[in-house]
Amino acid sequence: MFKILSKEFLSESVFRMDIEAPLIAKARKAGHFIILRVDERGERIPLTISGGDPEKGSITIIVQKIGLSTLKLAQLNAGDFIHDVVGPLGNATHIGITGTILCAGGGVGVAPLLPIAQALKQAGNRVVSVLAARNKDLIILEKEMRETSDEVIIMTDDGSYGEKGLVTHGMETFIQKEKINEAVVIGPAIMMKFASQLTRKYNIPTMASLNSIMVDGTGMCGACRVTVGGSTKFVCVDGPEFDAHQVDFDELLLRLGAYRDLERKAMLQGPFTYIKQGL
Amino acid sequence: MITPEILSFERNQPWREELRKSIKQADRTKIEKHKMPEQNAVVRSGNIEEVNTGFTPEMAVEEARRCLDCVNPTCIGGCPVNINIPKFVKKIELGDFAGAAQVLKETNTLPAVCGRVCPQEVQCESQCFYTLRLNKPAVGIGNLERFAADFERNSGLISVPEIEEKNGIKTAIIGSGPAGLAAAADLAKMGYDVTVFEALHEIGGVLKYGIPEFRLPNEIVDVEIETLKKLGVKFESNFLVGRTATIDQLRSMGYMSFFVGCGAGLPNFMNIPGENFVGIFSSNEYLTRINLMGASRDGYDTPVLSGKNVAVIGGGNTAMDSVRTAKRLGAERAMIIYRRSMDEMPARKEEVKHALEEGIEFMCLHNPLEYRADAQGRVLQVLVQKMDLGEPDASGRRKPVPIAGSEFLIDVDTVIVSIGVSPNPLLPRTLPDLKTTRWGTLVVNEDSLQTSISDLFAGGDIVRGGATVILAMGDGRKAAQAMHEYMKKNVSVK
Ligand SMILES: Cc1cc2nc3c(=O)[nH]c(=O)nc-3n(C[C@H](O)[C@H](O)[C@H](O)COP(=O)(O)OP(=O)(O)OC[C@H]3O[C@@H](n4cnc5c(N)ncnc54)[C@H](O)[C@@H]3O)c2cc1C
Ligand SMILES: Cc1cc2nc3c(=O)[nH]c(=O)nc-3n(C[C@H](O)[C@H](O)[C@H](O)COP(=O)(O)OP(=O)(O)OC[C@H]3O[C@@H](n4cnc5c(N)ncnc54)[C@H](O)[C@@H]3O)c2cc1C
Ligand code: SF4
Ligand code: SF4
Ligand code: FES
Repeated sequence: MFKILSKEFLSESVFRMDIEAPLIAKARKAGHFIILRVDERGERIPLTISGGDPEKGSITIIVQKIGLSTLKLAQLNAGDFIHDVVGPLGNATHIGITGTILCAGGGVGVAPLLPIAQALKQAGNRVVSVLAARNKDLIILEKEMRETSDEVIIMTDDGSYGEKGLVTHGMETFIQKEKINEAVVIGPAIMMKFASQLTRKYNIPTMASLNSIMVDGTGMCGACRVTVGGSTKFVCVDGPEFDAHQVDFDELLLRLGAYRDLERKAMLQGPFTYIKQGL
Repeated sequence: MITPEILSFERNQPWREELRKSIKQADRTKIEKHKMPEQNAVVRSGNIEEVNTGFTPEMAVEEARRCLDCVNPTCIGGCPVNINIPKFVKKIELGDFAGAAQVLKETNTLPAVCGRVCPQEVQCESQCFYTLRLNKPAVGIGNLERFAADFERNSGLISVPEIEEKNGIKTAIIGSGPAGLAAAADLAKMGYDVTVFEALHEIGGVLKYGIPEFRLPNEIVDVEIETLKKLGVKFESNFLVGRTATIDQLRSMGYMSFFVGCGAGLPNFMNIPGENFVGIFSSNEYLTRINLMGASRDGYDTPVLSGKNVAVIGGGNTAMDSVRTAKRLGAERAMIIYRRSMDEMPARKEEVKHALEEGIEFMCLHNPLEYRADAQGRVLQVLVQKMDLGEPDASGRRKPVPIAGSEFLIDVDTVIVSIGVSPNPLLPRTLPDLKTTRWGTLVVNEDSLQTSISDLFAGGDIVRGGATVILAMGDGRKAAQAMHEYMKKNVSVK
């Protein structure tokens, strides 16, 4: 059992949690994730570790409520316990000095992006960032990203905040203004697909962090497999970060849709029984 | 180790002599072998209850009477952990079922498990006098083993083995499959302070996430784990060694030696076109979703896609478990697609027989070439090719050769790829000094199971590749003994 130390909503659908997990807090690096199970009958869901405090023995996750498990998690509060947490999983981001790095985050993808941007900045790179979301409410971690970036552009689909338009628009603004040595794109698969199409056009080496469906997270099941450069990789042990220009995003998109119908059904029944039990 | 001297000493005990005299040998051999009672095939393919329902006490005693209590009990040599088979069987004949269970526990930490899942027909029972000399069906050793272990469990009087005085020396077991559990039990009995680290949220390895409940109910594994807890073994689940903490960190926390029982969990795929379409799983994923995560059971959150036309690729135990599970989840057509013939199938005979009874289709001498899907990427068809058997290959089995022009399509909505597993490289990758083979298995000293790192010992599937529960357990016990020797030499006890 893992204790929730604090919880805070960053927007209506996105919340931050600090969880007590001393060993993970000590071992984690930018790019790592955990898998958790909210309760005894819960599913195993992967979430990026977006920060942590080895002294306090805590890790931070930032989660968007989108389905049954993230909703159940959102109902827990400081002092409550999460049944299982395992990590740190995946490979840490390789942080080198390359010059100017364009960080593009879509929606809750900014959560995994933040520790990477911080590490890149600390290593001496110039960091320029684009934060994109459907609307103002879904823009998260703006303050933190501004603190670690040399410049920030905000994009919303509906123009309710920052500039109106897609993430690629903001990226192109930077690309045309200055020499970009590398790009990091993290967000919904569809956003990463278009963002990496753009950087390919400009020959900018690009890294994407993939959010495939997972079960164990240790390389045992193959649920997370994706095609990268023509061969099959397991996101949980070979990734989660890959050369974006090699990733078959269309396949990833199809695989992410695998359980859409079942999940919708579970959502209709699930949270209701959950609330009924008075939890 | 049981020596011939011990065996004959025990065989000469008055109670054994008396039992032997009570029935003429010739009459014993006339008793028909008792069939394991099982659920009706139609009923059981609609539930997840155990297929085999177990001997009644009367059946067990009658079956035990068949055993001739041989002077030279060859059966023991067929058992990888050398269970004193005649001794436990004769205790059953005597009606001392609890005593029989105790004999089993002298050498086997998980008799209720082995009695269910051991391939007895190629192990102990293949070396029984009945098989070797009488050309009759062997004594039902596995079924009797299961009976005695179940009796003990159901009686609620589980004996906890004696423990030597605690010596306070910390030792770590990595992985909670049968190899790790067996090592933990022995080290705990020797007085060590044992902690088992497990990456998943449940203890038991393949026994929990792989083998389905209709063959091995989880509850049985849990009871065995409880016994280990009573021996003082500590369990740390959600702990991925190499990540949550490294071996070095564990060393600095005071662990003096390590047993690596990480198993061979990495699923193999065929790398044919379309294999990543939605609805195509590894057997590990399919079985894990159902067995470990409770998909298909009410109240559990994990979903699984299991359709009406299910094809399972492969012919091993894992393939049988997957296809029979698919049937239980409502498949109208559940089929095995296997590239060799029925005779070459590596699955246990009993499993194949059960599968046939349950209406599983066997498409032997067929090999998948590619998959087709709809616009959402959901698999719709598999293209298969017919095969012929050619010359024997390196494994001694006749090599399947494709028949040109024999390709055809089969409608499927679920495919389970079950063509074997490789060792998981996660932990070895964190230890550059650890020697591995070309196949990723760990290199160990055959006698001590010591790896190239002196305080690390290893056994089970991570050393053997995919093997069996009992071999994994045998390794665990062997390594425990070697770790004991190692620690006696290298650790000063205060
Ligand atoms: C490495 C990695 C890091 C991630 N980091 C974050 C993060 O920091 N913050 C965040 O909000 N989300 C993150 N995600 C996504 C998160 O795991 C999913 O949003 C979550 O599993 C959805 O579960 P649900 O039951 O609430 O929704 P569901 O209704 O079950 O699913 C909604 C959608 O989420 C995806 N999904 C469902 N189950 C899984 C699963 N077991 N594993 C992965 N995806 C799944 C599917 O595309 C599905 O259509 C990450 C995913 C990965 C792989
Ligand atoms: C579906 C199926 C059916 C089978 N049927 C039979 C049968 O009928 N009869 C039979 O004899 N055999 C059968 N087998 C084979 C048998 O289950 C295995 O040979 C046996 O379980 C191997 O035991 P093990 O202890 O080596 O590893 P496993 O049982 O694989 O256990 C390894 C454990 O280690 C954990 N682990 C891995 N890495 C780490 C790490 N770094 N840190 C912490 N934990 C870690 C894993 O999560 C896992 O729980 C079957 C196998 C499968 C998959
Ligand atoms: S452990 Fe397996 S091989 Fe040994 S006697 Fe029991 S069933 Fe036979
Ligand atoms: S070989 Fe067969 S008959 Fe002889 S002791 Fe063993 S089980 Fe009994
Ligand atoms: S999540 Fe199971 S192998 Fe990656």
